[in-house]
Formats: sequence, C-alpha cells, structure tokens
Amino acid sequence: MLHTKLEINNLVFTYNKGASFEKKALDNVNLKIGAGEFMGLIGCTGSGKSTLIQQFNALLKPESGNVLLDGTDIHADKSRLKEVRRKVGLVFQYPEQQLFEETVAKDVAFGPKNLGLPAEEIEERVKWALDMVGLTPEMGEQSPFDLSGGQKRRAAIAGVLAMKPEVLVLDEPAAGLDPVGRDEILMKIREMHKRTGITIILVSHSMEDVARLVERIAVINGGRIVMDDIPAAVFSRAPELEQMGLSAPQAALLAQELQKRGFRLRDGLYTVEDVVAAVAQELSVNKGLNHK
Amino acid sequence: MNVTIGQYYPADSFVHQLDPRVKLLGVTLFIAALFTVNSFAGYAFIAVCMGLAIYATKVPPIFMLRGLRALIFILIFTSALNIFFTAGNTVLVSFWVITITLEGILNAIRMVSRLTMLIVGSSVLTLTTTPIKLTDAIEYVLGPFKRIGVPAHEIAMMMSIALRFIPTLLEEIDRIMKAQMARGADFDTGGLIKKAKSLVPLLVPLFISAFRRADELAVAMEARCYRGDINRTKMKVMRLERRDFKALWVMLVFSAAIVLLKIYI
Repeated sequence: MLHTKLEINNLVFTYNKGASFEKKALDNVNLKIGAGEFMGLIGCTGSGKSTLIQQFNALLKPESGNVLLDGTDIHADKSRLKEVRRKVGLVFQYPEQQLFEETVAKDVAFGPKNLGLPAEEIEERVKWALDMVGLTPEMGEQSPFDLSGGQKRRAAIAGVLAMKPEVLVLDEPAAGLDPVGRDEILMKIREMHKRTGITIILVSHSMEDVARLVERIAVINGGRIVMDDIPAAVFSRAPELEQMGLSAPQAALLAQELQKRGFRLRDGLYTVEDVVAAVAQELSVNKGLNHK
Repeated sequence: MNVTIGQYYPADSFVHQLDPRVKLLGVTLFIAALFTVNSFAGYAFIAVCMGLAIYATKVPPIFMLRGLRALIFILIFTSALNIFFTAGNTVLVSFWVITITLEGILNAIRMVSRLTMLIVGSSVLTLTTTPIKLTDAIEYVLGPFKRIGVPAHEIAMMMSIALRFIPTLLEEIDRIMKAQMARGADFDTGGLIKKAKSLVPLLVPLFISAFRRADELAVAMEARCYRGDINRTKMKVMRLERRDFKALWVMLVFSAAIVLLKIYI
C-alpha cells in the first residue's frame, strides 16, 4: 500500500444536532486514501458524499471520529486550518458560480494571494493552472463571464489548482455540461493526475464518468461506505448498486448480459473500449470456428 | 438571526387561526391605543390585554422578548434622553449640569413601556401569521388604493417573493462562503476594511446568482402567462369566520375601554 495521505476514522456527523429536524449524514465512515491515488466516491443524491468531502478540508467538524492528513488530525491545531485547506483542494459542484473577479487570471490568483505568496510566484502559478486545465493565456485576460460553460468550469478548477493542493477533491465536475465539455473536463483531470501525481478524489453519481478514470471506487449509501474496491469488483455487484439508486456502467451491464448468453468474455469489463474489443475478438474467433 | 420579526412560530391556537386581516386590524388598534393612552393605569390595562393575547397564541413568551434584543440600545438611549433632558418641578438629583426630575423618570418609564409593548405586541402578529397570509392581508388593505394607481397586488407579490427567497439566499451564502474558504478566503479576522474587502468574493457571486434567479423566475412566471393586475383568483380565499367575529368584538371592547380610560383618567 502507498503512503496514506488521507485517513478517515469512525467519522460521525449530524446536521442540526439536537433540533427536532436533526439528520445523521455520516455514520461511522472509515476510509484510507493513498498518496497519488485516483479514487471515485459514488453515491446517489442525499447519500452523504458532499458532506463527507467537506470533512476532508475541515469545512465541517466531525461529531466524533477524526480526519488525518499525513497522519495528523486536521482539527488538532486551529491555526493550521488554512494549511489544511491549501493541501486539500476542494472543487464544489458548479464551481463556476464562485467566480467573481474581472478577469479569469485574477480569479485564479485569488487562492495563491490568500496564501500570501510573492507576485512572481502567483503569476507563475496562474499560468501553470490555466495551462493545466487547457485555457490559453489570452483567455486568462477575458472576463470569466464571457467564457462558455465548460471554460468557466475549467477556470474555476484552475482557481483551486493554483493553490497547488496535494489532494484534489472534485464534486461532480462534469455535471450540467454538454458531452464535449464533459469529456474535455474529465480528460483534463486524467491528464492532471498523470502529469502531477496528485491524489484525486472524484465525486459523482454517474458511473459512466467515473469508470473510465479511477483506480478505485468507494460507494457511499445512507451515510455509510458500503463498497470500497477496484471498479471491476464494484461493477460486478450491479443489482446491489441498483438498489441504492445507482447503476453499473452500461458497457459493464452489456458485457455481463452477453456472458450470460454464452459469450466467452473475461470478467470485469466495464469501459466501452474494452467491451468493444472483447466482443470483436470473440466474434472473430467464432467466425473462424464457423468457417472450419 | 436574532430579530424575531418575520419569524413564524407554528402552533395550533385561536390566534393562529384568525383571519390575517383581523389580526392586522388588531395590531393597528393596539398601536393606536399605545399612543393614545399616557396614564399608567392605561399602560397597565394594555399590558394585561397584551399578556392575555400572548397567552392565547401558545407561543413561548421568550420568542416575543427576543425581538427586543436588537432594540436594547434604542431603549437605553430613549430612557437616558428622557431622564436627563425633561424639565420639571420636582428635582430629585442635581449636580453640575445634570438635573434629574421626577417628571423625567416618569417620562422615561412611559417611553420604554410604550416601545417595549410596541415591539412585543407586533411580534404577536408576525409570530402567529405566515408571511404569505400577512402579504395577503396587506394586499387586501391596500386594495382601495388601487384606484389611485397603487399596485397593491404587485406590492404583495414582491413581498412574498422576497420572503420566499431569504432562506434560498442564506443557503447560497453558505455555499459560496465554503467555496471561497476552500480557496483560503478568510471572513473572520482582520480590521474593518479588510473584512469589508473580504466580502467581495462573497457578494459578487451572490448578486450574480440572485439576478439569475430573478431572471429565471420572471421567465417561469411569463411562461405561465402570469398577470398580476386583473382577474386573478386566490387559492386560499380569506373569509371571516365565527372566531374572527369574536375577535372583532374583543377589539371593539378593548377600543371602548381605551377611550374611556383616556376620558376619565
């Protein structure tokens, strides 16, 4: 196992504790995330996934249990909160709604400025972050409100990247974008992971998006982590996922159905590309047999 | 939020069920009474009536008093003004430029009880009436002014939309604050200027989203062919019931008592 970056132990959290409308959002969550890992966190609406990620950078305080970053409790020292929030970059849902500056570059510079970095370093980071998300320096000089939806989203992600986080948490980064914008964002995230080796946690309810990217999937349901495994293993439990209001990627379902009908495919296929290749191979083998 | 105004307290009481127009009339009479009477007997009488009304609402009295917290400074300021600057014959304390007269102290007590009862009494209305019902009542009251061009319905509609969006905007503020805090924003520390500056990253996105919401709402209303001015019917028609007439009788008796108190004391 890699060096553990983020560790969540027996975490419990309740909204509006003590009021008649209190709601237990997280119930004894345990999770270990290794440095450089690319993990998917999946759950349907109201499963507690957004609450959980706010625990990662101390925006919410656990009722009991703790969150360890590099082995230290993030709530141990209040003066280190800023440091924790720098190390764990959190990109919320629809992050483009937090843009506020006159130009994209200025907005991206907001985070580094808050860190109190020198001007040259800030400029350097802005350039780097914009490049990371695939925006040109010219776009950096535009008003964020003149960009397209997908570009805005990427500008907002750059704003978090410019803090140079060690862990990047993205909450539904592709939600509400058109297919092209969605692919662009997801590919950029994958590229980012490859280029920097940063730890990434991708939160989503869409298996299709997550399947192609992550190495490991944790499924959260009703405030509990109910599955935590490699994608192939998680997707093989399709009926259970369906009960939780989720589903395996369609490619995985297709592969499973074909297996049942006698296709000899190997287990654990879940990306469209892999299934296409496997089915094509199977068909060509069969064809060969038929010709004999 | 520490201001009680606009905070509905759900309960099942006689007062809650009253027609909002009746309650609005009641509060108006109550305020008029407060400014008519200036004898202590009168204030005592009003206080007792108010106490009975509060008892009838089944709302814990602490909620009525909460509204006072925001006004504590004004109360202290008023009483200080009255104590020190009322001219009178019965001098109690006098040194240097400060003279405290009996009249001054009595005046201060009058003013403070008037203000306190004003706040507490009006909170009876807001605590027992949902904002929607209240705006309905206001629309009704403004109705006669439609003839001279007062857009009564539109005013009521704007009020209820504003009230409707307060919780939404609070949620939005929370969301944006968290997003900016994740980028190292600091809303709590620093001097006044630094704090004011730190609000920019919060206020700009908030305004943008408020305008977007307003725009979306306008489109949605137009798509449903909304017209405020003519031929609108109501889902909940306000109708006076037995209990409303009972309440009106009580108000009549109350007003008569106030007039008598004014004449004879």
